[in-house]
Amino acid sequence: MSLSLSRLRAVVLKELRQLRRDRLTFAMILGIPTMQLLLFGYAINMDVRHLSAAVVDQAQTQRSRELLAILAQTQVFDFERRLRTPSELAPLLESGRIQAGVVIPPDFERRLATGERPAAQLVVDGSEQVVQQAARQISVLPLSALEPARAGEVAPGMPGGGIEVVSFYNPQRRAALNTVPGLVGVILTMTMILFTGIALVRERERGNLEFLITTPLSPFELTLGKVLPYVGIGLLQITVVLVLGRVIFGVPIRGSIVSLYAAALVFIVASLALGVLISTLTQTQFQAMQASTFTFLPQLLLSGFMFPFEGMPRPVQLLAEVLPLTHFLRLVRGIMLRGAALSQMWIDLLALVAFAAAALTLATLRFHKRLD
Amino acid sequence: MPGAEIVIETRGLTRRFGELTAVDRLDLTVRRGEVFGFLGPNGSGKSTAIRMLCGLMLPTEGAIRVLGLEIPRQAEALKRRIGYMTQQFSLYTDLTVVENLEFVAQVQGVLRREQKGRVDSLLETYHLVDQRRQLAGTLSGGQRQRLSLAASVLNRPELLFLDEPTSAVDPQSRRDFWDALFALADDGATILVSTHYMDEAERCHQLAILQHGRTVAEGRPRELLAALPEQTLLVWGDQPRAAQRAIEHLPGVRACAQIGQSLRVLTEPRPELEAQLQQVLRDAGIEARVERTTPNLEDVFVAATRRPGGVGDA
Repeated sequence: MSLSLSRLRAVVLKELRQLRRDRLTFAMILGIPTMQLLLFGYAINMDVRHLSAAVVDQAQTQRSRELLAILAQTQVFDFERRLRTPSELAPLLESGRIQAGVVIPPDFERRLATGERPAAQLVVDGSEQVVQQAARQISVLPLSALEPARAGEVAPGMPGGGIEVVSFYNPQRRAALNTVPGLVGVILTMTMILFTGIALVRERERGNLEFLITTPLSPFELTLGKVLPYVGIGLLQITVVLVLGRVIFGVPIRGSIVSLYAAALVFIVASLALGVLISTLTQTQFQAMQASTFTFLPQLLLSGFMFPFEGMPRPVQLLAEVLPLTHFLRLVRGIMLRGAALSQMWIDLLALVAFAAAALTLATLRFHKRLD
Repeated sequence: MPGAEIVIETRGLTRRFGELTAVDRLDLTVRRGEVFGFLGPNGSGKSTAIRMLCGLMLPTEGAIRVLGLEIPRQAEALKRRIGYMTQQFSLYTDLTVVENLEFVAQVQGVLRREQKGRVDSLLETYHLVDQRRQLAGTLSGGQRQRLSLAASVLNRPELLFLDEPTSAVDPQSRRDFWDALFALADDGATILVSTHYMDEAERCHQLAILQHGRTVAEGRPRELLAALPEQTLLVWGDQPRAAQRAIEHLPGVRACAQIGQSLRVLTEPRPELEAQLQQVLRDAGIEARVERTTPNLEDVFVAATRRPGGVGDA
């Protein structure tokens, strides 16, 4: 693998000149992180609160009212309707006027006492992933608090008065505080893979490659030269997200900023390597875009950014371990939120390095300096 | 230039794409200093042959030697000594003329202190001084061709491959372009150029006519004309279309083409055919005059591609 610095420099310079003239891409480099940050930070609120709910309290005892009070305190439900029979719930759920219903049967007290059958029922709209998740958390909630005999089981850290939902959710799931570090990874995944995937295929599609391969320029120099500017762009994007996250959402960086950028650099290289691999597997820019999306969605959904990693079935978790974003999310959350050091998370760092090495090796093997 | 050193030699060069045989047992000999023309219709295998000669594509069968190097094995070494102008514009449309040439110079390993001088002299030679700051994408067809040529000769190649370099430019630009090619040949470069223009083919020192990936005729243009066995007749009359219908299926007639008011007819080499045609036309009630004319390169091309028993599309 030959590498001439002057040829490499020529490609980098050319790429920067082209990028400077491509105003739309240039705008996207800064526009995408800004827009995503605002979107995810404000609009996509993963906290489940104020679900419209109905109550069927057939017991009408003190404890049943207590239970409803506790549920109301969690703010997950707004009990907007009171119904007389459980059968009235179905049409309301179906029409979407409520997302949940609580049914307390007439024999509520007896059930509580014997503990043989569930004392109360939470009926939810299962078509909404988040609502279902919330319900699952709620279901482990409050009955012990009602049962003086089992009060000892309540976690000691729990404040006596109100009940906070926080502790029942996966703590990694909440608030802009968590979204912003994750967003660093998501934005890099999106732009790095797509830009490099397209950038290399574009040379082929526009016919530039046919000329380039008759020059002494090596595939390695071409690839590296085209990818290097994007490393800089990736670091720029992180900075935008971190600064805006700090200014708008007050997201702190508790760990070392050097560690953070070091982790990001490794992640950028891994993502670029994936982009390069895609570009060697596709023939047109359109195919490259499709392929990028194909790798982006699983990363978004399985990495732990959208749904808690711990809640996924084991096989899916194993699959997620292959994705670079999974490891980077752990790194970035660890550094930013827990103030962890890189040395404590070397396994995730190593996984990223391994991923980058594998993708680059595959890509180099696939890259011929020929047309066929 | 017979006797000069052989720079390109192929034996049984073949390339298949699945069912299609794009280049079929091509034997080629090109000598130093020649302007060698590949003449052939679209899809006759010209581009594929050139790509294999440059080492950009692997042959299915056959042997290639270019500049004494065995291709494709020694393709990397070859790339420093050749220039290749692709059929489609392959420089960057979003870079200026100067930026494109600077990039090529850097990639070709032109020393930094010589770069500016080299680029400036190329701009001068190829009349691009006024366009130097213009984006390549906004150049006219002729300017683009000159820029492509400048880029492909930047490394002063011994051997230059040009794949239909003038297919998208006007006649004046084509003439200028060929002047530039001859200037390069005068400086000692060997040039292999593909075209489907007869006037361009006539300018070549040596010509190979390709059809379905095979050479159907080869030689100097004048030799090809002299050696043409077929005869060419011109039919003058008021109803050339009616005349064409009357004679085109006669035995002995190879091809018929209307040129303005006349009909150009390529026939088997039998002198009596002239009188026969006249008779057939008279019998059909068409007033026309048949006369012999000197063949041109197009007749050579048509004859070579239509000859029975040949590879023609018949």
